[in-house]
Amino acid sequence: MSDSPATRLDREAVITVRGLVNQFGPQVVHQDLDLDVWKGEVLGIVGGSGTGKSVLLRTIVGLNRPAAGSINVLGADVLNGTREERLRAEKQWGVAFQDGALFSSLTVLQNVMAPMREHLDLSPALMKALGALKISLVGLPPLACGKLPSELSGGMRKRAALARALALDPAIVFLDEPTAGLDPIGAAAYDELINELKRSLGLTVFMVTHDLDSLYAICDRIAVLAEKRVLFEGPIEGMTEIDHPWVQEYFTGPRARAAQEKT
Amino acid sequence: MTAPTLTFDESKDAPVLRIAGRLVIEHLEAIEPAFHKATSDAKTLCVDLDGLEALDTSGAWLIAVLKTRLEAQGVTVELIDASSNRKALIDTVQAALPAEDGIEAPPRGLIPWVASIGAATAGIGASAMSLVSFLGEILSRFAYGVVRPRRWRTAALVSQMEETGFHAIPIVILMSFLIGIVLAFQGASQLRQFGAEVFVVDLIAISILRELGILLTSIIVAGRSGSAFTASIGSMKVREELDAMRTLGLDPIEVLVLPRVIALVIMLPILGFIANISGLFGGALMSWIELGVSPSMFITRLQENTDIWHLAIGMIKAPFFAAIIATVSCWQAMQVQGSADSVGRHTTTSVVQAIFLVIVADAVFSIFFSELGV
Repeated sequence: MSDSPATRLDREAVITVRGLVNQFGPQVVHQDLDLDVWKGEVLGIVGGSGTGKSVLLRTIVGLNRPAAGSINVLGADVLNGTREERLRAEKQWGVAFQDGALFSSLTVLQNVMAPMREHLDLSPALMKALGALKISLVGLPPLACGKLPSELSGGMRKRAALARALALDPAIVFLDEPTAGLDPIGAAAYDELINELKRSLGLTVFMVTHDLDSLYAICDRIAVLAEKRVLFEGPIEGMTEIDHPWVQEYFTGPRARAAQEKT
Repeated sequence: MTAPTLTFDESKDAPVLRIAGRLVIEHLEAIEPAFHKATSDAKTLCVDLDGLEALDTSGAWLIAVLKTRLEAQGVTVELIDASSNRKALIDTVQAALPAEDGIEAPPRGLIPWVASIGAATAGIGASAMSLVSFLGEILSRFAYGVVRPRRWRTAALVSQMEETGFHAIPIVILMSFLIGIVLAFQGASQLRQFGAEVFVVDLIAISILRELGILLTSIIVAGRSGSAFTASIGSMKVREELDAMRTLGLDPIEVLVLPRVIALVIMLPILGFIANISGLFGGALMSWIELGVSPSMFITRLQENTDIWHLAIGMIKAPFFAAIIATVSCWQAMQVQGSADSVGRHTTTSVVQAIFLVIVADAVFSIFFSELGV
């Protein structure tokens, strides 16, 4: 693993993955994968299709049991820890899935209130006010509160999913392709929102993305998934110098150049 | 975990509101009333955030709401000793504060309730129309298929026949066998009072062949295959697969609905026939055990006293019931709107409506055949 030039001594790992092996039948997705996510950073995970970006995300949040390895999130062993340990970690992360994965029988506001209802002892009026705030924070109009997920556009669903992920003010947010399918203005606003939350809340963001604009705009560090492990990691500026055909093509292609010029 | 505190300090020229502790979501409920009550008579109010140990969006919300409320009253609120991050957070939250009347509560009360009853009543007529037109669509595609046999989806048809027919055989046999046993047992205990045990054969034969064999098979098939039709086509509709088909020039009715309807129309009579045999078998077995009516005597009496019309009437009804089940369940699938929840609701409705309409049709057939005198 290459150490990033931005290495600081005082950094504190909130997610530590060691020796991760993921296997589906004969197909090995990850082999001895190591990854650290530092407190307060935005880490972008990139990689070709089928390199297991989403699988890695799902494994860290405990939706997929790996064949081997250890995962530590905020000091809790999520694979072999006790139930309490896991629950403590779960309360401190929020996950926004690719297509939102909002509960289809609940309105957007009820979706955002669902984790509060489950984990906190708040009055309904307070929960409503906080839910409405989260919805407004992610840039949805107040009218969206009473709508069902099926009545929203894809981009609005993504925002609603982020609002739900932020409901408990988590320390870590996992985002799966957050800006895919958003219009460029919406995607830029989303990036700005993540930046804002990171700055003001000290949020750590683990983001699977293909959006080069996002990578340039908000990611502090990039981890490239290839050959079944994290092949390279470091700030985006260093990526163009890495001698690997896929990385070269990804970060020096026409789209990458265009994204770089913007920043 | 230090609970947050709110203290007023009026010793200085401008009053100072000191907020200390962890102003986070866990403590929100306890501290909220204090924030709600906080007011100021002075022109400016300083809010001192120096003692804050932690602040999240919920805490920032409290401060932002207070700030907005006081500013609306003409008080200048100054945040002091706040780090730039916290200031930024409070500003972001304040900018995002939803308008008070932004969230509309769903209408409640008598009038919306009455209106919903009216809408539901009007909806019955509309959905009946929609069902009939869907049936018409299926029939027109079927007619088209008859003229151009190359359009038939043989593979889909055969796989549907296997799924809805062949795989249903065990449950149909078991159910019908048990019904035969129940009929024989109950019939025997009543008929024995009159010394008319032997009529149990007629009782079993007529009730199973004419009514129960087909009716119960239809109910099983409605629960088994009707629900599967609605759920599978409905999920495809949610995932826009039906739209994709249309853009590729494929007609969902021809590709998905027609094979299912035809498969069920072919298989339900066969399943019904199997149910008849199995029911008679169960009845014969119970008659032998309970009444001593030997199998040979059962068969002789069956042949002599039971008109073939009883079997025929049952079999005539089967394809109609099959068409009802398949049409209703595919039509319900087409009504699915956008979400997984909707698939569930329409699947339930599909089974309930299919069974209900099958029983209505059975009643109509009963009247029809008794008028005909068979």
